[in-house]
Amino acid sequence: MSNDTITVDQLTDWLTRFRDLVTEQVSYLTELDSAIGDADHGSNMTRGMGAVVEKIHASPAGTVDELFKGAGMTLVTSVGGASGPLYGTFFLRIGTTAGPRTSLDAPGLAAALRAGLGGVVARGKAEAGDKTMFDVLSPALAAFDAAVDVSSDLSTAAHAAYFAAQTGRDATRALLARKGRASYLGERSIGHIDPGAASTALLFQALVETLGEE
Amino acid sequence: MKVNQEVPDMKKLINFPETVLADSLAGVAAAHPGLRVDHANRIIYRATPKAAGKVALLSGGGTGHEPLHGGFVGEGMLDAACAGAIFTSPTPDQMLEATKVVDRGAGVLHIVKNYTGDVMNFEIGAELAAAETGITVAVVVVNDDVAVEDSSFTAGRRGVGTTVLLEKIVGAAAEEGRDLEAVAAVARQVNESGRSMGVALTSCTVPSAGKPTFELPEDEMEIGVGIHGEPGRRRVPLAGAAEVARQLVEPILADMDFTGAPTIVMLNGLGGTPLIELYVMYAEVAKLLDAAGITVARSLVGNYITALDMAGCSVTVLRADEDLIRLWDAPVSTTGMRWGI
Repeated sequence: MSNDTITVDQLTDWLTRFRDLVTEQVSYLTELDSAIGDADHGSNMTRGMGAVVEKIHASPAGTVDELFKGAGMTLVTSVGGASGPLYGTFFLRIGTTAGPRTSLDAPGLAAALRAGLGGVVARGKAEAGDKTMFDVLSPALAAFDAAVDVSSDLSTAAHAAYFAAQTGRDATRALLARKGRASYLGERSIGHIDPGAASTALLFQALVETLGEE
Repeated sequence: MKVNQEVPDMKKLINFPETVLADSLAGVAAAHPGLRVDHANRIIYRATPKAAGKVALLSGGGTGHEPLHGGFVGEGMLDAACAGAIFTSPTPDQMLEATKVVDRGAGVLHIVKNYTGDVMNFEIGAELAAAETGITVAVVVVNDDVAVEDSSFTAGRRGVGTTVLLEKIVGAAAEEGRDLEAVAAVARQVNESGRSMGVALTSCTVPSAGKPTFELPEDEMEIGVGIHGEPGRRRVPLAGAAEVARQLVEPILADMDFTGAPTIVMLNGLGGTPLIELYVMYAEVAKLLDAAGITVARSLVGNYITALDMAGCSVTVLRADEDLIRLWDAPVSTTGMRWGI
């Protein structure tokens, strides 16, 4: 089956699958955060995405912007810390860029994700190599864009993005943190995967699982 | 109300780890008729708002640092404080709601400690306030912790002790009727003129974690610790008060010139150290400052910005001037600080 578009229902499934993955991986994310942060990334993401999914299921969104603006605002108002504003801004920008449509094609999703990344950068001021979620989002979206340039199939693009996301996540291990609470550890932050990078990789895993095989 | 019949599995006076914040806000509301508590939005605000036309001051942050910030709400200091979960920033909807509650038509100054989460959540709160209300918001970010050496390669210096002095001084400036720009200018001046350094003798225990945040052997201390138990500059053998004072004061004096101006000095307890030890420390700090030719015009000793039950203290030195000293002396009536009234 070819996947040239993704519907609001599928995008809802994506967020639901992301909720499932952060919930399954809550101990792993918390463990990563204990090493270089304040040990709350797993519980924050689980609580935040739990609230998002609960809200979506209570009143399903009709359009892409409604879905992602709702998800973004829920994260921003329920999580606190740094992950709430960063993921919240990511989803809010996806929503405002996608607009009141009921589905997105591959270039449309690419543009929305790109705007989401722009929001994360504006909010968190992170650059490549700072050991943050940027180090997953940026290469993943570059891979997504490259795939979209040659094929309209969303599964192919999602797989490419997830592959790049995993590489980006694993590469944060060797980096020295320059943003967030981990930055105070200096050299001691080296040798640990960034928890935000790990949860962002799960976001692309969820997209792959939502779209199915190429 | 839910009553816990079981004994908590850590030695703390709590019902449940997850209800500590709500239960403590209930206590604040019950104890202090001069304060109001919005339990849904977790905002502590003045029962009697200041006069219309005056700038309002809003601060907030994760809880666990009491009396900061809720204990500094009242005449002469803050108009409201947003409470986050323990050591976790409050969320932007709280800042939006509090901004609406405190605005008296002259704008609102947000006082934010420099932590990534606090800065971003307050930033979104200010954006929401601008979009929804038209209230003018100014922001000052406090970053006075000299323990963070590589501030350009990290999230920057943390906001610690200077926050207390800033909330008092800037509160007085707002009470005088200065406009938002002038009040924000005083806030920036205080932040740029204050430096702090702390030491931990023990870790703290966050109720939801149930165990100490870090391990510190009986015979060691952490110099440069943050107010959430973040690691400091180095872990060193425990020493006497005079030597500990030297290790705190030296980096502060190395960072800024405090000679030739009156200073305000705070010797602050981190929550688990008795006042008698804080006075022992203050005596040593005062000697060192005197030897360095620094004039201490005003001083404050006690628990003002804490880290739950952490044993230890911090030193803050603020380079003041005539205006700041006058604002410091102005009347203040809060649960955490009170004089002149």
